[in-house]
Amino acid sequence: MPRIVMNLVERILARASGRSSVSPDDVVFAKVDRAMVHDVSGPGVIKVFEKIAGQGIPTDKLWDPDRVWVAEDHFVPSAEKISAENIARLSEFTSRYGIKNHFRYGMGQYGICHTISHEEAMVMPGDVYVGGDSHTNTTGALGAFACGLGHTDMAYVLLNGQIWFKVPETMYFRLNGRLPGHVMAKDFILRIIGDIGTDGGAYRTMQFGGTGIEEMSVEGRLTLCNMTTEAGAKNGIVRPDQKTAAYLEERMNDAGGGTTAKVSLSRGGADYSEPDGAESDYAAVYEYEASELEPVVAEPFSPENTRPVSEAPSVELDKSYIGSCTGAKYEDLEAAARILKGKKVRIRTEVLPAAISIYRRAMESGLLRIFLDAGATVGPPTCGACCGAHMGVLGKDEVCISTTNRNFPGRMGHVESRTYLASPMVAAASAVTGRITDPREIVPAASWGGGGT
Amino acid sequence: MSDNGAVTGGVIKYARDNIDTDVIIPGQYLKIHDYAELATHAMEGLDGDFHSKAKNASFIVAGRNFGCGSSREHAPIALAHSGIKAVAALSFARIFYRNAVDGAFLLPIEIGEDAYEGTSEGDVITIDVKAGQMRNETTGRRYEIKPFSEIIGKIIEAGGLFRYGMQQQQQQKQKQQQPGS
Repeated sequence: MPRIVMNLVERILARASGRSSVSPDDVVFAKVDRAMVHDVSGPGVIKVFEKIAGQGIPTDKLWDPDRVWVAEDHFVPSAEKISAENIARLSEFTSRYGIKNHFRYGMGQYGICHTISHEEAMVMPGDVYVGGDSHTNTTGALGAFACGLGHTDMAYVLLNGQIWFKVPETMYFRLNGRLPGHVMAKDFILRIIGDIGTDGGAYRTMQFGGTGIEEMSVEGRLTLCNMTTEAGAKNGIVRPDQKTAAYLEERMNDAGGGTTAKVSLSRGGADYSEPDGAESDYAAVYEYEASELEPVVAEPFSPENTRPVSEAPSVELDKSYIGSCTGAKYEDLEAAARILKGKKVRIRTEVLPAAISIYRRAMESGLLRIFLDAGATVGPPTCGACCGAHMGVLGKDEVCISTTNRNFPGRMGHVESRTYLASPMVAAASAVTGRITDPREIVPAASWGGGGT
Repeated sequence: MSDNGAVTGGVIKYARDNIDTDVIIPGQYLKIHDYAELATHAMEGLDGDFHSKAKNASFIVAGRNFGCGSSREHAPIALAHSGIKAVAALSFARIFYRNAVDGAFLLPIEIGEDAYEGTSEGDVITIDVKAGQMRNETTGRRYEIKPFSEIIGKIIEAGGLFRYGMQQQQQQKQKQQQPGS
């Protein structure tokens, strides 16, 4: 029986598929509002285009080039010849099909696709947004249905503007109260993955709500939704609110007040800021008290191998990596800088802001100086070593603490390297000591304000 | 493949859960879009002998959440171009599953604990989707496989998402040409 009040993801998919209502397990063809490919999925899509053109399927024009955008992130700056050639193919693709939104490295704003999605306000609340990357889930934090797809599916979207989905059930994660100052959204999502496992959210929506989420910054919410991927979820989502609108408007309008674009939280009669219906409409409800959460790490070789930093094993680290769509947004860098200010790193430490806009703000506000004074290296935006691509990959037996999202065997380099996933604060504190360290050990707890990033 | 769609071949078994895309095809190879070359790196993160084993095998049998991790279509591509016709696992991660189906690279077959436990490396099995069965020819035992959902079955039958889409369009055209129907 259709619900009286649909859950958020159902409201979005009903609107996008032209139905008055949908229920979990319904299969719908949803119209897509925004689509993204990058320097790995873009060439993959081009390959699919070549294949289907050979089968007589027309590939001469896209459904709507203005709704498609392109990022360069995995192998940039070009790691070697083949990645340079992939970038050239991307450029040829965007010019042939008239895609204007192509964020090119070395030409102003560029960065990791998921970071660009929010920094450039590419996705709006209530959108159906698909991307050729699994962490497309990130952008659900803006109140969109944001979901990762493969190359064939993305090729289908680019040509047809729609794609099939099975309407997911919703798991609801309620956070009561404000996170303590030394606990970050990253700690919360690692804790959740530890609790439910890497397939705990499989095929479902993971929705976050409660007072702790209302209080949390948009960037904190982005971190939560980003790692719903590691729980196997179809998507992560947060109900959009005035904070969401203000965050996007700040990025759509220039600081001088020359433009005054407004972000709407409703569309076609559906108000996405409205609460869901009955609690019983969720497939599961999980409840967390913010005051009881603490910094955690995920040990090799799975994001579900979590344990509190206070119980972490005493391992000697070789490197601290502060980068990626998960852990190098502006507030992530700000949090790491709070720990590193006036300190020296004891292990190799790399900081890679996730987009040029973040790099610039970090430069202007003095964060980059703090990192450099501490002895860290600051690199350009790139997925880089997070996916073992280039720029700081790990060798055999190397041990890394990282603000990234996965620590499967070989994820960041050699199959016998080891990665501990952690928050930017824990990664920064560990950089100072060379072992897994609670941020309060470096900066006394008395100086912490409220958390929530 | 025989006339009724059943496939018979050898098994490579990985008796573990959460075989992720980083081991199926490590990230450093994502820049490669030549399918044959990708195949030479398949399963490199877990099994250096996979490529030679796959010469005499058509199936991978594995545990829960096969293909978790990234959206890289390189994963089913690398397996399919190594000669793998189907992965039979206790469960699949969603993007791997739809990539395998929508791109028509290989069949993701959901099996039960009995089939998983009852199949060993080197066994010869037959997967017969129409009969809803997996037969272990080595042991003589038969197991039920989980039927595909309606949409998945239709996409597989059509030969991938694009062919399915073409069929749908043709059916709509035919409907429009038959007023009153």
